[in-house]
Amino acid sequence: MNLQIKPILAALRRHKSGTILIAVQIALTLAIVCNALFIVHQRIDRANRPTGINEQNLIAVQNRYVGKPDSFIPQMKTDVAALRNIPGVESAYVTNAYPLRRGGWSTGIQVDPDKTKDSLPSALYFVDEQALQTLGVKLIAGRNFNPSEVVTVGPQTTPAPPQVIITKAIADKLFPKGDALGKTIYYSKGKPSTIIGIMEKLTVPWTDFDHMDNVTLMPVRFDSGYQHFMVRTKPGQQDAVFKAIPGALYAVSRMRVLPEKYGIRTFETVRASAYEADHGMAILMTVVCGVLLAITAAGIVGLSSFWVGQRRKQIGVRRALGARRADILSYFMTENFLIALGGVAVGTVLALGLSQWMLKYFEMPRVSFTYVGVGIVLLLALGQAAVFAPALRASRVSPVEATRSV
Amino acid sequence: MFGYYLELALRSLKRSKALTALMVLAVAMGIGACMTTLTVLHVVSGDPIPSKSHRLYYPQLEPRDTDNGFYTKGEPPDQISWQDGMYLLKARRANRQALMTGGIAPVQLPGSNLEPFFARARYTTADFFPMFEVPMRYGHAWSEKEDEARSRIAVISTTLNERLFHGEDSTGKTVRYNGMDLQVVGVIDPWRAHPRFYDLNDSYADAEELFIPLTTSRDLKGPRNGSRDCWGQGGKVTEDALETANCTWLQLWVEIDDPARVADYKAFMTHYSQDQVAVGRFHLPPNVRLRDVLEWLDYNHVVPSDVHLQVWLALGFFAVCLVNTVGLMLAKFLRRSSEIGVRRALGASRANVFAQLLIEAGMIGLTGGIAGLLMALGGLWLVRQQPDAYASLAHLDMPMLAATFAIAIGATLIAGLLPAWRACQVTPALQLKSP
Repeated sequence: MNLQIKPILAALRRHKSGTILIAVQIALTLAIVCNALFIVHQRIDRANRPTGINEQNLIAVQNRYVGKPDSFIPQMKTDVAALRNIPGVESAYVTNAYPLRRGGWSTGIQVDPDKTKDSLPSALYFVDEQALQTLGVKLIAGRNFNPSEVVTVGPQTTPAPPQVIITKAIADKLFPKGDALGKTIYYSKGKPSTIIGIMEKLTVPWTDFDHMDNVTLMPVRFDSGYQHFMVRTKPGQQDAVFKAIPGALYAVSRMRVLPEKYGIRTFETVRASAYEADHGMAILMTVVCGVLLAITAAGIVGLSSFWVGQRRKQIGVRRALGARRADILSYFMTENFLIALGGVAVGTVLALGLSQWMLKYFEMPRVSFTYVGVGIVLLLALGQAAVFAPALRASRVSPVEATRSV
Repeated sequence: MFGYYLELALRSLKRSKALTALMVLAVAMGIGACMTTLTVLHVVSGDPIPSKSHRLYYPQLEPRDTDNGFYTKGEPPDQISWQDGMYLLKARRANRQALMTGGIAPVQLPGSNLEPFFARARYTTADFFPMFEVPMRYGHAWSEKEDEARSRIAVISTTLNERLFHGEDSTGKTVRYNGMDLQVVGVIDPWRAHPRFYDLNDSYADAEELFIPLTTSRDLKGPRNGSRDCWGQGGKVTEDALETANCTWLQLWVEIDDPARVADYKAFMTHYSQDQVAVGRFHLPPNVRLRDVLEWLDYNHVVPSDVHLQVWLALGFFAVCLVNTVGLMLAKFLRRSSEIGVRRALGASRANVFAQLLIEAGMIGLTGGIAGLLMALGGLWLVRQQPDAYASLAHLDMPMLAATFAIAIGATLIAGLLPAWRACQVTPALQLKSP
């Protein structure tokens, strides 16, 4: 087989345009495919990031009260009670935000009461004593809130209750020595909060945030007409509870709007809609890669078939001079391999260049070498597969062709 | 001659159906992908107000103190405070100026059993309507007088007018917004800026249903729908006291008709900042910006980067499709060497052969273009099924339609150049000798 390389190279020189076209096509395909697959990988990774909560059997309800009572707190209390009374509900609470909601409140935390250092941003979730259980968040130190600690905060003030529960991420950043529990921090100047518990992990409502794991739970009922209820159902009861929620809430009062689309959602839906764009991009990229590979393969089949047709007489001569079928087959396979090798060599440079360019303009991480490697193997294999049928046809050319005039 | 070549091309295309189909398919897919993504880009990066995007400016000031933590990036805040906004509004240094913010609250019809529903509102000042060329259907917008009188009035959208008043001229009638009765003074024709450049808190959202004087909105405690950034005072700011608070929460737009006066306006903003530093209200050295509509959109990266990425992906895809088509065409043309040899020997010039082959390439381009157009329509339909905020806007317009065909035929012709040229190189004598 090695002996064939020299004559193949000599033969390739005789049809330069075709050779170059195939090589260019392979190079471009490699550059696009390995970068696109790398993006797919990143998007899927992003969409699968854990939130720190138990996402099974969890329902999120978005509720807007209509009307302007002096306070929304009594309505919220009866609503939560009504939700907790639905058969199949394990626990429920009212809040302003939750992971993947894509909207919420963030503020800076200060360790220093005089506010001389930069503050650490944290998302705020207003909760009560049932929140930890409802979300299924693991407390790694300290305790949960008591019902008596839940305070009412008007719409006009920044909440800063005396007790807070924070994530480990915040604790580690503010108190690197690991002694965060019991320490005092400030969400609002002059209003100290004591850390009574530390959660293992809980993420912010947004999918793009510099500090994904910086979350504070505050025992707060926020007096506003716009609220979310989180409901944990018993295993197997999610569908029944899902259907029962609107009825239960409307039975309490009709003075509310549960939006059609975002009103009541299982957490599965919440997650899916939070990462819709990423899934869309991943699917698009995968489809494009598939089609590109198919087109490249079709191109190789087309051009190789043409070459085989063009060289029937030469093949016949070689066969008449004693070349075996396998020799002819391997000739075309080797030829394609050499062209593809040239293509992937150029393609690797292109792929890295493309990645560098995306790094600059789209602030994406550099493509990993694994992807380039996988791309190279994929395209070499694709080339071999595509050329196999034409090569097989070539190997079937009978030695008699040698005696025919074209 | 052209007709004859066309016939030859058709016959040749019919002869090798698989190869032809492959070429057409490749061109079609490349064109389809490119047109879909370019249309989306075209839609999201279009000029929202082409007639005056270079006359509308967005003033920004730096009113914050040094203790503004993680907000500082050397750029003034994206919005403006009540005090500064009102000062610049009343100074009337530009041809027109409007101060505004978004809102959302329940809307009802007094004395009707229609269930209340939430509607989006814009709290703004009189110049908003002429400045953004908002078309009126019934009645009229309000004037500065009504702004100052804090009049209980509203201008409503066509959709809200349909919903509440069955599309009749509703001027003089009353709507209840956030529990307060407002008299309708005008109904606007359907109007929507996309992207919604004047308030980027929600850049691809639908247009507002109600327009209410900014001063009136403060009286009726209209709930706001937008962001606010506060500094100092430990963030203890109530929504009712936003007029005096150290918070930015409003958008100010000014119209300057004479380009020479833009620098004057900027100087005026700088002077104002210096004065505010002198009286101790501002703490940082004057840092002002005056961006026009397109600069403002660009600064805020309004076009999602995924859209750009998709366009580049589609262009790369198209490039591979074209290279592929060139290769296949080369194979196809060279296979006909003997036929071309005969034609050459019978007196056809190289130019004749070249023209004939290019027509064949053009035919592939045209067919590919038509198929590509169908693919683009399908692609755009898919895009419209997506949840992205801008997706519903993705429609092919006439310029894009024309571009589709121009690109399809142009690209295929260019792709045909090399194969056609190579095929022309056939020496007539050599081909005649062997058969």
